[in-house]
Amino acid sequence: MRDVAIIGAGLTKFGERWNVGMKELMEEAGLAALEDANISSRDVEMLFGGTMAPGSFIEQEHTAALIADQLGFHNIPAVRVENACASGGSALRLGYITVASGIHDIVVVGGVEKMTDITASAATTALGGAGDQEWELSQGITFPGLYALIAKRHMYEYGTTEEQLASVAVKNHENAGKNEFAQFRNKITIEDVMKSKLIADPLKLLDCSPISDGAAVIVLAPLEKAKKYNDTPIKIVASAQASDTLRLADRDSITELKATKIAAQNAYKQANVSPSDVDVLEVHDCFTIAEVLAMEDLGIYQKGKAAKAIADGETALNGKVSVNTSGGLKGCGHPVGATGVKQAVEITWQLRGDAKGRQVSGAEVGMTHNVGGSGATAVVHIFKRGD
Amino acid sequence: MDVAPASLWRKINTRYNLVGNTCKNCNTSYFPQRVVCRNCGRKSKLEERKFSGNGTIFSFTRIMVPPDAFREDAPYTIGLIKLDEGPMVEGHIIDNCAEIKIGGKVKTVFRRMQTEDKEDLIRYQYKFEPL
Repeated sequence: MRDVAIIGAGLTKFGERWNVGMKELMEEAGLAALEDANISSRDVEMLFGGTMAPGSFIEQEHTAALIADQLGFHNIPAVRVENACASGGSALRLGYITVASGIHDIVVVGGVEKMTDITASAATTALGGAGDQEWELSQGITFPGLYALIAKRHMYEYGTTEEQLASVAVKNHENAGKNEFAQFRNKITIEDVMKSKLIADPLKLLDCSPISDGAAVIVLAPLEKAKKYNDTPIKIVASAQASDTLRLADRDSITELKATKIAAQNAYKQANVSPSDVDVLEVHDCFTIAEVLAMEDLGIYQKGKAAKAIADGETALNGKVSVNTSGGLKGCGHPVGATGVKQAVEITWQLRGDAKGRQVSGAEVGMTHNVGGSGATAVVHIFKRGD
Repeated sequence: MDVAPASLWRKINTRYNLVGNTCKNCNTSYFPQRVVCRNCGRKSKLEERKFSGNGTIFSFTRIMVPPDAFREDAPYTIGLIKLDEGPMVEGHIIDNCAEIKIGGKVKTVFRRMQTEDKEDLIRYQYKFEPL
């Protein structure tokens, strides 16, 4: 196994990108990443493309070969990766494994979703496919509904409050305001969240991540050759993934995501770091309660303690630990297939010291946490500077 | 839900009668039925089992923004119900003016699910009534 490094990172602005389609989004992020890595299209040996539901969103399948062609990667092997909202993180892990194995040197990992070409309600139905269609969605349960069941139980077991959940959204909008790529750059207050439309109690509109268009691209290379392309390669020091039941009802506990816990434990072991060593994290806040679960299941806080810590500001930019500096899924936007790759782009910029206006001072260890569905897939990566 | 009739018909016993199964090796019960026991894997010995329909509310939420297929039903309450025999089930909690709370007892009732879909099929299945 070889050490693997990120030598290029590119991102589109996230949001309602009505003037561009999926191809243009991938071109925008892909060209930025190739330029960042200082390589040509012809240098790329393999592509992994994370995308969740292009068949439902834009009636397009077979997207990896399409993207490879659009970016001028003639005839290379290209594979689409689908793991619901964890498609991007799963693609990154496959890219990592491919380079680590020695089979390919330069591998591009892309993530994209074009979600605003259909109505919000059709998009919601498409996203529902991340749960168990036959026994959850067919019962009239929505995705906010699944996380609402989790939130309600978490409040019952640990005394978590709706205001504490709201503080996650407030923090992530604050961070998004400092990120030129983010969908929502406006500041919001606890009161704004509390007064927003009820979606599935206790979750309100501003507890939920939005429907977004966007793409993110990472270029990987063996660490030993990385310096040839980039002065500050970022080393992937851990790549871990776990799965769990699709149905919430099949789990022993719904106030933790077991897949996150298993992936995190595995990742800490690979990287030989402990939770307290992590300086900057991008976690999967598809709903505010999801960031609370993430902070607990990643071992940053004990079970039941994260909500208060977040409300107290401990996870704000340059707080005790900086969480979702990009704005997270809530503030930066959540084009589902792109999210897992975008998280790695943000951590790359943070560890390089390039996160303009939202730089975490002295960031040495970064982590990404990408979840599919209500927790049936979790992918965790840990990064350090490779120079 | 815009589906072919077969996809509803083949699960009628499960949906109408709350039938799951139990592994004779480890005594774990499942709803809906599984072919492979999560504890015993290839050596599973699963036998069909009809559940009593009595259970406890483990969590619940009021769905204000429904999927298209349930537009006419909203708002409605969804519960995560722990059946007395062990497995958990997600389903509607009907409104009978009783208080809905975590730990509250429920029993299964047989109800119409959605008015109709594009095939003009009417779905029936279990829902939960607070006691």
